[in-house]
Amino acid sequence: MTDTVTEYPDLARPEAFTQRGLGWVPWLSPVAEDELTDAQRDALIEPARAKMPYFRLLARDSEALRARTLTDLDIFYNVDGGIGRAERELAAAATSRRNGCVFCASVHAASATRESGREEDVQRLLDEGVDADLGDETWNAVVAASVSLADTPLAFGEADIARLRTVGLDDAEIVDVIGGAAFFNWANRLMLSLGEPEVPSRQQGRS
Amino acid sequence: MSTPSADIIDLLAGIRPGDALDTVRSRRPQARENAQRSFEALLEPATPGDFPLAERYAVAVFVSALHGFSAATEFYGDLLGDEAAGLLPVVTAAAAAASAPGPFGHYREPGLAAESTDGERWNPEARVADGLGIRLSAALAHAHLLVVRPREARPEDLRHLVDAGWSPDAIVSLSQLVAFLTFQLRLAWGLHVLAADPPSADAHSAAHASASAARASLAEGA
Repeated sequence: MTDTVTEYPDLARPEAFTQRGLGWVPWLSPVAEDELTDAQRDALIEPARAKMPYFRLLARDSEALRARTLTDLDIFYNVDGGIGRAERELAAAATSRRNGCVFCASVHAASATRESGREEDVQRLLDEGVDADLGDETWNAVVAASVSLADTPLAFGEADIARLRTVGLDDAEIVDVIGGAAFFNWANRLMLSLGEPEVPSRQQGRS
Repeated sequence: MSTPSADIIDLLAGIRPGDALDTVRSRRPQARENAQRSFEALLEPATPGDFPLAERYAVAVFVSALHGFSAATEFYGDLLGDEAAGLLPVVTAAAAAASAPGPFGHYREPGLAAESTDGERWNPEARVADGLGIRLSAALAHAHLLVVRPREARPEDLRHLVDAGWSPDAIVSLSQLVAFLTFQLRLAWGLHVLAADPPSADAHSAAHASASAARASLAEGA
């Protein structure tokens, strides 16, 4: 019987958190691209995702993949009111930093930088951790709330809401922070437990 | 059993139609609808495949209890009670024994070794494992890993599931179920906390003024 679980003894693994793009390799076989059913292709939502092993692995449960992806896209990209894109990406990056998902943190730290232009502040979150001072109270409050929401058993409370209100966020903005941070608890656990990050060959050998 | 028609996140958060947060949530209609569809896909699937409903509800009771979210534990406990009542006390006892703060864990990345932490790594003791059976024992141990120390997940953890009879399709669904629950429970909990602490008009405008002043002084300093 062939081994169901794949290991990568010689993988080029990242050393620490980074904003540089990382690859991701699966520990279980994804659905082969040319074997995707119509329902599985439909569940990818974006056709380009058929190239990505992560999404083709999740396609083994296409209904769950489809609903996951549509939830994700609305929380992060629906800009009808609520908080800005940069702060949503920051919530995702902070959650990933706290849970320890190096892959997710790389994607969403880079997105936070792209949306805000604040590469150094974002890098401080990655290098120093979730207690780093990111230079303004709104960002610090978004990170603190995201980190608090990552705790098990659940401990997020009134003090977290009070801090978000103190920096001037309204309910719609706070719901976006909670939604973005909560969603990355989902994403982190899939990325961390079904495969692992890889440094792409174009980056190897560079410091 | 029939699919509950209520929005489960609203139900767990205590949000009723017409509440202020009902209106706020309606601004993200696709997220709201698909969080509900995720619940349906993972907990009420039309074709459960080789991951039966009783196992799905058992995992949900266990994960809710680990989160200390009693309304959710009761909700999923009712579903499990209807489907496989005999499992409910076994899963409840397993969750009580497994209670552990997270997230913690060792990092794979050498540059993060100084941040590695230890905590309670749970596997069911023999008597509990007998009550759960091989498949569910492995599933709950995996759920515990994902909930409290996700950064310690390794290929051998998937191999343990395979050895206990889990197919690759069912492992993906199990992983989605546990991961989805860590989202659903946090979103419902966060909304509940927010609903219990509505903005006071004065405090809000004062906060706005103080935040604007803070931004102004930051800008001056820059």
